[in-house]
Amino acid sequence: MTALEPQRSGEIRIPRASPISQPFWEGCDRGVLPYQRCDSCSKANFNPVYICRFCTSKSLSWHESAGLGTIYSWTIAWRPQFPSFATPYAPIIVDLDEGYQMISNLVGCDTEEVHVGMRISTCFHRVADRTLPYFTPLEISRGVMFGE
Amino acid sequence: MGHPYQNVAIAAGFNTKQARVLEGHTSLSIAIEAALGVMESAGLTPADVDGVFGEFAMDLTYSLGMGPVYASSPGIGGIPAILDAANAIAAGHCKTVLLAGGGAGIYTDRSAVAPWTRVSHEFVLPFGMFTALEFAFIARRHMTMFGTTPEQMAQAAATIRNNGHVNPEAVFYGRGPFTAADILSSRMVADPFHLLDCSMTAEGGCALVLTTADRAADLKLPPVYIHGGGVDHNGPSYQFPPSFDLRGASPDSPPNGYVGRRAAMRSFAMAGVQPSDVDVCELYDPFSFEIIRQVEAFGFCEPGEGGEFVTNGPMGPGGALPLTTDGGLMSFSHGGGTVQLLQRVIRATHQIQGLCQTTQVPNVDLALCSNGGAGALFNDVMILGRTRP
Repeated sequence: MTALEPQRSGEIRIPRASPISQPFWEGCDRGVLPYQRCDSCSKANFNPVYICRFCTSKSLSWHESAGLGTIYSWTIAWRPQFPSFATPYAPIIVDLDEGYQMISNLVGCDTEEVHVGMRISTCFHRVADRTLPYFTPLEISRGVMFGE
Repeated sequence: MGHPYQNVAIAAGFNTKQARVLEGHTSLSIAIEAALGVMESAGLTPADVDGVFGEFAMDLTYSLGMGPVYASSPGIGGIPAILDAANAIAAGHCKTVLLAGGGAGIYTDRSAVAPWTRVSHEFVLPFGMFTALEFAFIARRHMTMFGTTPEQMAQAAATIRNNGHVNPEAVFYGRGPFTAADILSSRMVADPFHLLDCSMTAEGGCALVLTTADRAADLKLPPVYIHGGGVDHNGPSYQFPPSFDLRGASPDSPPNGYVGRRAAMRSFAMAGVQPSDVDVCELYDPFSFEIIRQVEAFGFCEPGEGGEFVTNGPMGPGGALPLTTDGGLMSFSHGGGTVQLLQRVIRATHQIQGLCQTTQVPNVDLALCSNGGAGALFNDVMILGRTRP
């Protein structure tokens, strides 16, 4: 059993936000999880986009996700991308309840507990110069809830 | 109208020495060595070349003093560049095309994963992503949907690594033999992938010459013909969640989990053959699971049957359908960039020409080769043949 925790290193160099993605990262700084919804076809888009990939409309509005979702797929990294990442960490693809997917990391439980279909909610954590949206099990049986 | 590539042939394929490190080489210098080697194999000189394609198109054109030539597809490689070259020959833009790849001096900081496995992207890098993790997402979905097991993946890896074990040209020559249990006992890298489920990193160069069928008949090696080809891409690799269920706007298109199906169906239709007609599969093997996924995507078996296909089926030990016979990215070489993409096509070419030192399949009429995988949102296919289409 190995506990999954947020990254603590200040050495993780996160690429700069673009004009398209800036509202997402500003939302994370405020503790909310923004995403875009198309005004024309009403589908959710993520990563942040210039044009709706479902109907090509440029009329997109930012909304706040409730931060609730389900693990669509997962893995455990035992070898880090860079040495600045502490292992193990658990990359996940999240199915957000609003109807889009994003890549994140699961924290606040043990490696053996991760499974497809696990209900999770977002939690924010300061890493280097950025507030990262992580996810944690909705019903925590053990482990720690990480706040900002 | 005849076959689109009836007057196109692959005249030769060539690999330089492959090694964990090729001291003193750059990616371009080893690509130049490959270009010289393939021209020698075919019996050509730079003066005979009037088209240069792929990753080093512009560099090779200048370095070998070949201009002006028809140069295209710079920066890309593998099957799309080869098909671009074939298209240009078929259209009459050029008669003899050189296409080379090389990787050396790229992976120097060994405390991090290889540079080509990690993209500096704001929605990927902060979560520690690299290719093994991207492909693990795809494998996990398949395990969840069909009950595919780590043991089945491990067998695919063992089969390929054993082909490299006996190949003196492979970087990991003599490192085996391997059983599935050996793969499973290597350390975990990206659950469910153990170290030996993953491709290795190395350095090396390789090159191909394509020309007209008429000209190829006068060169040193037996011509190899392009019977079919297809290219399936869903977007840039490693920037978006590599979802098994990612789809484009067309309701009929297969999901990303079966990327390559459309390319394979087009390849088989162009060739006028079926999966059961293929004599050898030189499949791209970035991770063990991708073999299971590709045999399902390409129609060698039904969805969910890939695990059985590579263990107790035609691609299992003693099966009738040989898999990635040089040892692939797992054992032969993996230079990054485009070199390991081209090497699958080169191996298929050598199988048809009967030039393989080891694991030569007798009397190959049709060889299928592939590039890419669902974790990278693309999968390309070519079917090569001995006879003129």
